[in-house]
Amino acid sequence: MQVTLKIQRYNPEKDKAPWWGEYKIEAEPTDRLLDALNYVKWHLDGTLTYRRSCAHGICGSDAMQINGANRLACKVLLRNLGQVITVEPLRGYKVIKDLLVDMDAFLARYRSMKPFLITHSPQPEKERLQSPEDRERFDDTTKCILCGCCTSGCPSFWANGEYVGPAAIVNAHRFLFDSRDEGTVERIELLNTVDGVWRCRTIFNCVEACPREINVTRAIGEVKKAILMQKV
Amino acid sequence: MGAAGSPRPESGIELWAWMFMRVSGVVLLFLALGHLLIMHLINNVDHIDFQFVAQRYATPFWRTYDLVMLWLALIHGTNGVRMVLVDYISPRGWRAASLASLYVVSFILLTLGSLAILTFQPPLMGP
Repeated sequence: MQVTLKIQRYNPEKDKAPWWGEYKIEAEPTDRLLDALNYVKWHLDGTLTYRRSCAHGICGSDAMQINGANRLACKVLLRNLGQVITVEPLRGYKVIKDLLVDMDAFLARYRSMKPFLITHSPQPEKERLQSPEDRERFDDTTKCILCGCCTSGCPSFWANGEYVGPAAIVNAHRFLFDSRDEGTVERIELLNTVDGVWRCRTIFNCVEACPREINVTRAIGEVKKAILMQKV
Repeated sequence: MGAAGSPRPESGIELWAWMFMRVSGVVLLFLALGHLLIMHLINNVDHIDFQFVAQRYATPFWRTYDLVMLWLALIHGTNGVRMVLVDYISPRGWRAASLASLYVVSFILLTLGSLAILTFQPPLMGP
């Protein structure tokens, strides 16, 4: 099939404003959008810039706006996108070049949530054991690959970049509800602020955007409830 | 880490504001529906006059009803606008000024409304 890719291009060193690059290519309906982008880069215009790494929906590098929706380029097939496909960088982050955005602030907010096991009790002789039920409690939020789709799709984040954003809360949730973790008080202190969970307005864009199908709004709701009830 | 690394504990104000929005929202649903039913469906608006109000306010029940509705609705609305302002106005000065004017307006409305409800003296029913 023949598809037309309309890709938003922007090189801050040369361009005054972003512009649309149009590329007509021949492709299989079962090709992924990433394959089409690779074709453009390798055969038509080597200056096209985007992130990609594993190309199998696990590393979270190639998140972008595809036909206006936040998706991973390696996880959508051309046959589901129509003849003319618009590709833009993720919203809400600074564009470094073309589809490449600056994720530094996003990752700093992720790190601010202390996304690692915190313990205060003496170290046991063997592993810290956990029942399958306790593991199940936070299973959904372990799936996050930090692609940034949810935070980039969040109107509260667009309005105010001080909001920690859904991705950071998802990763706080992953440890808050882990029976082995003892960092509840310090994480709750970070989340119970005007720029923490309370800036979430339950808009559900994050759920719509997540390529890992994490129920992000539910996770944020559970953190709110945990703060209210003073227990996880 | 910048702003992300510096938490600002709010001593739970945001938590209680969130909780208040939910509780007042549910209570207001019933209060407002009751109000709508009585003032617009059962009684035609054309029939609502001074006499009607005087009769209603002769007993403390409707005064309390209206007072609770006024306070919950006004604070609920004020908090909603506060959230919008905090979301969209980031320069400190503008944010402080807009919040201050919001609180002043809300306070005036709350005071006027409460005065009207509490100090209204129904005259003795004449012939």
